[in-house]
Amino acid sequence: MTAMRTTTTRTAAVGTPMDRLDGPLKVRGEAGYAFEQEVDDPAYLALVTSSVARGRVTAVDGAAALAEPGVLAVLTHANAPRLSGDDPELVVLQSAEVRWRNQVVAAVVAETIEIARHAAGLVRVDYERLPHDTAMRDDADALERPGSHVGIFGTTEGELNNGMPHADTAVGDVETALAEAPVTVDATYTMPHEFQCAMEPHAAIALWTGEDAVTIHCSSQGVTDARGLIAATLGLPPGHVRLISPHVGGAFGSKTFAQWYAVLAAMAAKVVDRPVKLALTRQQMFFMTGYRAPCIHRLRLGADRDGRLTAIAHDSVQQTARAKKYAEQIAVSSRTMWAAPHRRTTHRLLPLDVSVPTIMRGPGETQGMFALESAMDEMAIALGMDPVEFRIRNEPDVHPESGLPFSSRHVVECLREGARIMDWDRRDPVPRSRREDGWLVGTGVAAGVHAAPRLPGNATRIEAAPGGRYTVSIAAADLGTGTWTALTQIAADALGAGVDAVTLRIGDTDLPPASAAGFSSGISRWGASVVAAARELQRLVRDEHGETIPADGLDITVQAPADPYASRYEMYSFAAHYAEVRVHEETGTVRVPRLVGVFDAGHIVNPKTARSQLIGGMTQGISMTLHEAGVVDDRIGQVVNHDLAGYHVAANADVGSIEAHWIDAVDPYTNPLGTKGLGEVCVVGVAAAIANAVHHATGVRIRDLPITLDKLLPWDA
Amino acid sequence: MIPFRYERPDDAAAAVDLLSREPGGAYLGGGTNLVDLMKLEVARHDVLVDVRRLTSGTIDELPGGGLRIGAAVSNSHLAADPRVRRRYPLLAQAVLAGASGQLRNMATCGGNLLQRTRCPYFQDVTTPCNKREPGSGCSAIGGHNRDHAVLGASAECVATHPSDMGTALTALDAVVRVQGPDGARTVPFGEFHRLPGDEPERDTVLGHGELITAIDVPPLPGGARSRYRKIRDRASYAFALVSAAVALEVAGGTVREVRIGLGGVAHKPWRARTAEEALRGSPATAASFRAAAEAELAAARPLPGNGFKVPLARNVVAGMLTDLAEEQR
Repeated sequence: MTAMRTTTTRTAAVGTPMDRLDGPLKVRGEAGYAFEQEVDDPAYLALVTSSVARGRVTAVDGAAALAEPGVLAVLTHANAPRLSGDDPELVVLQSAEVRWRNQVVAAVVAETIEIARHAAGLVRVDYERLPHDTAMRDDADALERPGSHVGIFGTTEGELNNGMPHADTAVGDVETALAEAPVTVDATYTMPHEFQCAMEPHAAIALWTGEDAVTIHCSSQGVTDARGLIAATLGLPPGHVRLISPHVGGAFGSKTFAQWYAVLAAMAAKVVDRPVKLALTRQQMFFMTGYRAPCIHRLRLGADRDGRLTAIAHDSVQQTARAKKYAEQIAVSSRTMWAAPHRRTTHRLLPLDVSVPTIMRGPGETQGMFALESAMDEMAIALGMDPVEFRIRNEPDVHPESGLPFSSRHVVECLREGARIMDWDRRDPVPRSRREDGWLVGTGVAAGVHAAPRLPGNATRIEAAPGGRYTVSIAAADLGTGTWTALTQIAADALGAGVDAVTLRIGDTDLPPASAAGFSSGISRWGASVVAAARELQRLVRDEHGETIPADGLDITVQAPADPYASRYEMYSFAAHYAEVRVHEETGTVRVPRLVGVFDAGHIVNPKTARSQLIGGMTQGISMTLHEAGVVDDRIGQVVNHDLAGYHVAANADVGSIEAHWIDAVDPYTNPLGTKGLGEVCVVGVAAAIANAVHHATGVRIRDLPITLDKLLPWDA
Repeated sequence: MIPFRYERPDDAAAAVDLLSREPGGAYLGGGTNLVDLMKLEVARHDVLVDVRRLTSGTIDELPGGGLRIGAAVSNSHLAADPRVRRRYPLLAQAVLAGASGQLRNMATCGGNLLQRTRCPYFQDVTTPCNKREPGSGCSAIGGHNRDHAVLGASAECVATHPSDMGTALTALDAVVRVQGPDGARTVPFGEFHRLPGDEPERDTVLGHGELITAIDVPPLPGGARSRYRKIRDRASYAFALVSAAVALEVAGGTVREVRIGLGGVAHKPWRARTAEEALRGSPATAASFRAAAEAELAAARPLPGNGFKVPLARNVVAGMLTDLAEEQR
């Protein structure tokens, strides 16, 4: 009875800042991304996309392309193999109908990528052009209430994308409360198109291994869910499609759902009877891989003179596609964040002739919290209160709508810790009160929130070998965030082994199923599954094998159990963001020399990879606040600035000091690890913190992102 | 990208001879802009003549204190040269304000002058553009024109020239040395680039086959201080909304000499001669600098999306001149 398998007897791996296990591979260029996988004798695919936003393809002439040496096939809606289903993004080349500009209308397969691209330019497409509408606005006549549909993660029926049941909620009598409130704010906030801009392009290699079996290397946030969609579209049982994606070069939501490029590669590989490779160009990534839709938020707040909110009304409008009415949860954070007896949220859609929006980091919360937390700043100013103290005064005891307790909520601690770091006590609240060398200096605060979701569908296989070596398998994904490392740490502790004794396998549908890497759920859900399997293995070893792994090893696969506390607690990660900004008096140029985030994200598995992810999200927050805007030319129905020279993401020089801190409080109810998720709460609220700081610096309130210099330039100075 | 032939002749004369006989061909320098445009099929050359090794890659002294910059000198090399940094701070600063380290390592000085506008419609072959396809119309007028010209534009084209280096060179009265099928010639920098007029497809006065061999830069007046300032939407790796290359010499509180080049405002690097003439002999005060900037910009005709460039350019020019005058007190 000497076997020691409990974590109490060895140094726990979880909680230590372990270096990335995949780091050396990536530094040496040996971590194979989707397009880099070696296959025998591949052909290459290039796309022809529509030059009209709405209409019908009347003719496709591929003769000139086919005449080029090295061209193998030209696929069109007329000759492409038939697909199943009705998802307009997935059923590529199935109809002559054009529903958005740059919809795929033909595809060329050739011996080299150069030949394919050149030949794609030789394909002539004729259209019957129909009038299109791509103009973002909030005309009541054009708006729709979201209808019920299966949530984007495929788990819950709901009106909003993540399975949230209700587009609209109401508590109390918000109109009367607003009419009677002595202090009110009524303001409208807007955001433009934003793009995920992952470094790795969306890519797939398809290789048929039999008449009805295909293997696809595909950059994917979740091979299990994606395989189900791709297989259904190809008309195959899920088991006949193998999806492999061990390394993903960034995704930010855009590699979750409609992986039509995998479908198209598989279709083309079938036609030419060879492996086919497809990688989108950077420009194409702005047209056909989803985006954060433009949105309009009207926020109305009412408060007593002592600074207690009496009413919160958040009415939102978001662009969506006529082809598929994606509806994002852009007002739901206003249901959760602050206390008020009377409250309302609404979501309305403006369907247009545009490509389908999709998830982008902090989907919904990022937009909604820019609006809510800007309005909170405006209310604090209207009340003459400090914006930190105003928020603390409106901290709820229980969830303001459901009345359920929070599993853990440390918003006040985050706000106070951030205020301490920022020397907030010494802040002069008067706008334009600080000038340094031609720059106006200001500071601002905002809170952040993101759900700690409970995605089902995870299982883990553990193969145990004598002497205590373990192979742990789950079809999880690593988007560059540290899954390889953090899951290994979790498995090692759960098995009572060192990390060197654990071999992790992820990113392959031949492994047990996993929920997607999205919604800040990865480490929590996969980790809980790994822990459940490890506990079962330990039970087996203890109860049935006399505390010793048998000579021929053990091999178990365990489904993750349902969460016992799911219906009893509200589970969220929280943040307090503080920004310092400088605005140049002559030019309006905005800089963010300092950003401080204090996070309540439950237990932190790996402080090193966690900090990296937090800093990345905060940087993305600076980027969306100061730079990012896709500009649509409604005459053609297309984003005009569709490359990284025209669509600006923050460069190194735009980023000053970014400090990520956390309150490392294990959540008692979310899962056995006590994690809550941190991949999205790090971006939620940053925009408002910066906008609030800009107001403090200049006295100018910017309610329309991004905050570019023309909005702050002293025109008549 | 359409298929093309790649040629690497032995000397500049052979290159000129070769390209003169290839109406669809183009010279290849660093390729940092041309290759992008070929991938987009905005440029559709069937022959590329690589000249990177055929012109001078050195910076040489000229009699009188100027410098001759070989056309094949990389942008990085130019910005790092101690003589350039000492004699022409505005030029070194301008080059470093452009592109990225990797691009500056590849890009040549000759090629820098021949880069095309980054107007998004010019770069998108599915939209009308008079510069890319004469007679097809201008999409930027009536479309997205935040980055476009406020000075010297035409009803045919409102594109801007993207070069930072060129903005400094126009203020420096540089001279472009050219070798062509009919021999060598020199072109004053201010005449090298064109306004769009009704031929927006022509960016410069170069004829087909003419090759830039060097850029001569005369010395600035001995007492002048110079600077480059670039205002853009992010802190690096973005084209100018407005930029200014300014040199100022003040004596006894009076402007003795002044040079002002503006970037991001016109189809060519813009020499602010109206402002310069107003300032020579005037008091070196913030009020006269501002008045001179306003006089220059009185000719501005902003588009719906870029009206901010006018006060921005005014504030930048007046602010820079005021700073440079302060430093000479």
